[in-house]
Amino acid sequence: MMTNPILIAVIVLGAIGLVSALILFVAAKRFAVHEDERIAKVQEVLPGANCGGCGFPGCAGFAAGCVKAADGGSIEGLLCPVGGQPVMEQVANILGMTAAATAPKVAVVRCNGTCENRPRIAEFDGVQSCRVQHMLGSGETACAYGCLGCGDCVDACQFDAIHINPQTGLPEVDEEKCTACGACVKACPRNIIEVRLKGPKNRRMVVLCNNKDKGAITRKACSVGCIACQKCVKVCKFEAITVENNLSYIDADKCKLCRKCEEECPQHTILAVNFPPRKPKAEKPAEPATEKPAVAKAEKPAVAKAEKPAEPATEKPAVAKVEKPAEPKAEKPAAKAAAAATATAPVVEPAKDQDKA
Amino acid sequence: MKTFRIGGVHPAENKLSAAAPIKDAQLPKVAVFSMFQHIGAPAVPVVKRGDEVKVGTLLAEAGKGLSVPVYSSVSGKVSKVDAIVDASGTRRTAVFVDVEGDEWEESIDRSDKLVTMKDLPAMKAEEVVAKIKAAGIVGMGGATFPTGIKLMPPPGTKAEAVIVNAVECEPYLTADHRLMLEKPEQILVGIQLIKHAVNCPKAYIGIENNKPDAIKLLSDLLCEKAAQYPGIEVVPLKVKYPQGGEKQLIDAVIGRQVPAPPALPINVGAIVQNVGTVYAIYEAVTKNKPLIDRIITVTGKSVKQPSNFRARIGTPMQQLIDEAGGLPEDTGKIIGGGPMMGKALLNLEVPVTKGSSGLLIMTEKESRRVEPSPCIRCGKCVGACPMGLEPYLLSMLTRRKDWDTIEKNDVTSCIECGSCSFTCPSHRPLLDDIRVAKQTVMGIIKARHMESIKK
Repeated sequence: MMTNPILIAVIVLGAIGLVSALILFVAAKRFAVHEDERIAKVQEVLPGANCGGCGFPGCAGFAAGCVKAADGGSIEGLLCPVGGQPVMEQVANILGMTAAATAPKVAVVRCNGTCENRPRIAEFDGVQSCRVQHMLGSGETACAYGCLGCGDCVDACQFDAIHINPQTGLPEVDEEKCTACGACVKACPRNIIEVRLKGPKNRRMVVLCNNKDKGAITRKACSVGCIACQKCVKVCKFEAITVENNLSYIDADKCKLCRKCEEECPQHTILAVNFPPRKPKAEKPAEPATEKPAVAKAEKPAVAKAEKPAEPATEKPAVAKVEKPAEPKAEKPAAKAAAAATATAPVVEPAKDQDKA
Repeated sequence: MKTFRIGGVHPAENKLSAAAPIKDAQLPKVAVFSMFQHIGAPAVPVVKRGDEVKVGTLLAEAGKGLSVPVYSSVSGKVSKVDAIVDASGTRRTAVFVDVEGDEWEESIDRSDKLVTMKDLPAMKAEEVVAKIKAAGIVGMGGATFPTGIKLMPPPGTKAEAVIVNAVECEPYLTADHRLMLEKPEQILVGIQLIKHAVNCPKAYIGIENNKPDAIKLLSDLLCEKAAQYPGIEVVPLKVKYPQGGEKQLIDAVIGRQVPAPPALPINVGAIVQNVGTVYAIYEAVTKNKPLIDRIITVTGKSVKQPSNFRARIGTPMQQLIDEAGGLPEDTGKIIGGGPMMGKALLNLEVPVTKGSSGLLIMTEKESRRVEPSPCIRCGKCVGACPMGLEPYLLSMLTRRKDWDTIEKNDVTSCIECGSCSFTCPSHRPLLDDIRVAKQTVMGIIKARHMESIKK
């Protein structure tokens, strides 16, 4: 009988293949790691930025955390800051839960110590890192609480949402890009950045100061620092403002955005962000043209323009927009800067810097 | 010649003021006494506005835990208890005294007469330590650790050698050098007091070889009066920075290596005291004088008269600079301490504190940092590190924020001497990075410790 070498080879290899397959099959069954398939599903809908803003080590960790929480009965308290509400709803759908409503948040730099507002008293020529500078002393200005401007927050941001404005030397947050993951908050050695509620129509009131020194000392260091005069506390009808450690703080949950505190603040520390311009106090311009109103106006159009959807119905119509920029044009620097701000992007902070320019 | 075994650098010595005798600085118009002149808890003011004080009056008592009291170095009226900006720009509580005349507390012996051990009544070791504690003495080399606590070895340890740190390895500084030349016997008595306090028979004075006059003076004195000052030995050391570091000095003088933290020098039987501290101890015990003045070097290449002052604590730095010939025009930086470990001052209102060993004025040109270039892996920093660390690696890991690996690489052993940055041919800011890493890792270790306590 002629043995066909090809046939033998095929049979032998086939047999080996079968045996191996059997072993693999058994091993796969025997040593299978059971993983909840929901984890993979949840992970699929997450943004995949692995930023850690949720408090878990990356998106996989968060997915596992969600599933575990769902087994426990509720996924309340868990939030992917990058994906926000839509993603959390998807996650809730997968897990058969309902997502708790969460308000979107945004990072806010609580310092307005621009070059004009806060004179430099020293020069730091070491490593351009806020952490290094903070460790060595109060920094280049007399304010030991203010922004150092070396951009540790910029390095920390994975979403390209925070940048140092070379004109002011301060970081500015791009609200469109900011996901409120909190990486910049952790990176800032002075704890200046806070993740705050974005507020209805992105409008919010913020105290742009982090200085915990007494008023007299703060005033020397910075022209727009909070001096803890308590005026804002008194004017607030909603008990949203507290002064602690010589620093005013607005509770975003209680704040009703009445803007009284902004008017009251003698240091212009409190700022209303993303509000349309105030109704022109019609008679005002006729009055002695002191500098203050002019500056205030110069700043406002920038905000209004930057933020197009300004509501014409309730607040002030387009008239204000047209009429006002014309006026402060005489005042060169403010107007120019405001124009620059409009040109760049719908960023909030540039406008606020002009506030005190 | 003896020295420590690993690392070290030799910067230009520039001891410009070595020949300038110690001068009494003028009394300030307003003296400012910071409550944060030492490591540990701040002192607590016991005076209030309007109180009359004399030289040697208690201004603030020791706070809780690690702390020391603060005494007035001038006579006059307390004008306020308020915050001052310290050298690094931080606000600290301080007592301000408007100076009027120069009246001293009667208990203080102001005479220059040498008091030896024989003249003193017999004292127990605890009594000596209590006196040192009450006098508010801290380590005067710059670390400002409360001396009284250092002189109480924890149970289970025994002092086998008292080492007097007369190395003064920082370039420019000459305060300790001058003190040895002008008060040699007082220092020897001080050493005896320390020996008595910690019950240790042997003491060494470590002096770098660039101070041959001090070495000769003290050795001759010890030869002459061997019976009066037994068990004290002068050890000349090779000139190398950072020999004045506690661990380096112990290694250089008695050849023992202190293990990594939390081990202390006393774990290898050594107690190290700066020569300025020794003198302060002498004055406190024999003359009843609390720590109210110190020797401070005001120097720099552009300074008209580099000098050594005996300045009252609380004197503003500006005044010392004026006395040394005024602030030169091309000043770029003023450094509190020596050039290697000192820190640039933010303003000149800063008062002299217990730890101010020098004031170095650098010209604009000297003070500029060179733009760093990339690391070329030459390993010079590794060779220079006296603690046997790898600075380039720690720096790189810091930028990557790899704290675990940094901790494994013993960053907490770093003594922040700056030899790595000094020696780096690429001018990389190694120490800046390592400081960040050290601080972060210490924080992590502390947090972990707290957690383990909770559990």
